Amino acid sequence: MFGQITIENLDYLVQGYVTTIALSLGAMVVALIIGCVVASFRVWGGRVPSSAAVFYVEFFRNTPLLIQLFFFAVVLAPNNLGITADPFLVALIGLSLYTGAFATEAIRSGILAIDPGQVEAARSLGLSQLATIRLVVLPQAIRTVVPPLGNVASALIRNSSVASAIGTRELLFMGLLVANRTFSLEPLIGVLLGYWSLTLTLSLVLGRLERRLAFAR
Amino acid sequence: MRRLVALLMASGLLLAACSSGGGGTPAAGSLAPAGSPAASPAGSAPAGSPAAAASLPTEGPTLDAIRSAGKLVCGVKFDVIAFGFRNPTSGDVEGFDADLCREIAGALGVEPEFVEAISANRIPFLQEDRVDIIASTMTRNEERLGQIDFSKIYYLAGQKILVKSDSPHQTVDDLVAAGVKVCSGQGSTSETNLLDKGVAEANLVLFATYSEAAQALLDGRCDAVSTDDSILFGLAQQNEGLEVRGEAFTQEPLGIGIKKGKEDLVAFIDAVLDQMAANGRWAELYDTHIKPYTGEEAPEPPLDM
Repeated sequence: MFGQITIENLDYLVQGYVTTIALSLGAMVVALIIGCVVASFRVWGGRVPSSAAVFYVEFFRNTPLLIQLFFFAVVLAPNNLGITADPFLVALIGLSLYTGAFATEAIRSGILAIDPGQVEAARSLGLSQLATIRLVVLPQAIRTVVPPLGNVASALIRNSSVASAIGTRELLFMGLLVANRTFSLEPLIGVLLGYWSLTLTLSLVLGRLERRLAFAR
Repeated sequence: MRRLVALLMASGLLLAACSSGGGGTPAAGSLAPAGSPAASPAGSAPAGSPAAAASLPTEGPTLDAIRSAGKLVCGVKFDVIAFGFRNPTSGDVEGFDADLCREIAGALGVEPEFVEAISANRIPFLQEDRVDIIASTMTRNEERLGQIDFSKIYYLAGQKILVKSDSPHQTVDDLVAAGVKVCSGQGSTSETNLLDKGVAEANLVLFATYSEAAQALLDGRCDAVSTDDSILFGLAQQNEGLEVRGEAFTQEPLGIGIKKGKEDLVAFIDAVLDQMAANGRWAELYDTHIKPYTGEEAPEPPLDM
C-alpha cells in the first residue's frame, strides 16, 4: 500500500521534521539579529564598519552554501578550532551566517526606503541618533521589510536541507536514511510534503502579519 | 592548511561526481582510453580468442544490447583505494573492481566505461539503467537480492574499525561501551551492521563517501570509521596516523550487481569469474590490488560461498 513505508518509519521522519523546524527557527532568529546589526553598520557606520558589512554580505551571499557548510564542518571540528563536532550546531552557524547576508540586504532596503524627512524631523525634535533609529526608523522599516524577509525565511527552510550533506539529522537526511534502508523512494515524497507544509504555513502567517502591519493607504 | 586543500579537493570531487551523475558521461568515458596500460588486461581476452570463447555463453538479449552499444557502463567507487579509485594524476580508474569491469568488457569485446557509484546510488543506478553493472564494493545480501540480481561472490570482506593510532578503542564493542561517535557511509550495510552491534542511532555520523568519513575522523568529528576492511585498508594507507583494528565482526560477500531480468548477463559474468578463478587471473588481480594493503597471500576465490 502506498504510504505504508512512510507510516512505518514515521518516528524517523518526525524526528527529522522537528530538527528541520529547530534548525530553521534558530537560524532565522540569529540571521535577523545579524541582519539588523550589519544593516545598521552598512547605513550608519563609519567607513570601516560599512566596508566590513559589504564584505560580509558579498562573501556569504555569493558563494555556495554547500561549500560553506563543508568549510565550517572542518574548521570548527575538535582537532582544528575545537569549537564543535555536532553537525546540527555547524549547520546552525553556517545557515545563520548565510541567511544573515540576505537578511541584511532586505533590512537595508527597508531602512533606505524611509523618507529622509522622518530622520530630520526626529533629530530636530531633539532625539539622539540611536533613539531616532530605534523609535522612528526601525518601526517603519519593519513594515516594508516583512515581505522580503518572508522570502528569506522560506529560502532558509528549503536551504536547511543542504545540511544533510554534513550529517545533520534533519528531514532530508532522515528521509534518505529510510529510503536507503527500505529501497523505496516513497519516504522522499513525505519529505517533500514536509518541507511544503513548513513553507506554506510560513506564507499564511506572513500574509496575516503583513495585513496587520500594513500602512493605512 | 593541508586539511583545507583536502577539503577543497573533496568539494571538487563532489562537483565532478554530480556532473558525471547528471546524465551525460563524457568525462567518465574518457577515463579508460583503450591504449592505457591499466586497460591492457582486458585486451588480453578479446572475443575472438578461442580459449575465452569456448566456455563463455555468447547469446542473450542483454549481451547483444551491450555489444551493439560497444561499451559496458560500469558503476564503481572513485575514492576507495584497492577497489575503485580514480587516480588524480592519470585520470584512470584503478583497483580490483575496475579491473573486473575491464575483464568482463574484454570478454564481451567492448570497451568499459566508468561511472562513479557511491553507496546510496548503486541500486538506483541499476534500476534506472544508468549503468549495466555495479562493481562498487557491494555486499550481496537477502534484502538487496529482493531488488537486484548479483553475480557469484568475487571477494569476501568483513567489517572492522578504523581509528587514530593513539585511540584507546580496540574493538567495535569498545566503541559501543564508550558511547562515542562512529562515522560510516549513507546507504551501506555497514550502517545497519553498526546498529545491530549496539551503536546508538544518534552516535552514527553518516556521509555520502568514505573519504569524507576519514576526513571527519581526522578532524575529531567522530572517534572511529567502521565499514568493510577492504575499504578501511585503503583509508589507512592514504592517511598517516590511522589504523585498522579488531577482528572482522561481519562477513561481507561482495558481488557484482545487475538489474533484475538480465539473466544472460548474470550467467555471462559468473562464467567470466569462474574462468578467472581457474586460469589464475583472480589471484593476479588480488596480488596487484589487495595484497599490498593486507600483506596476506591470495585466498581461494570465494565464488561459490
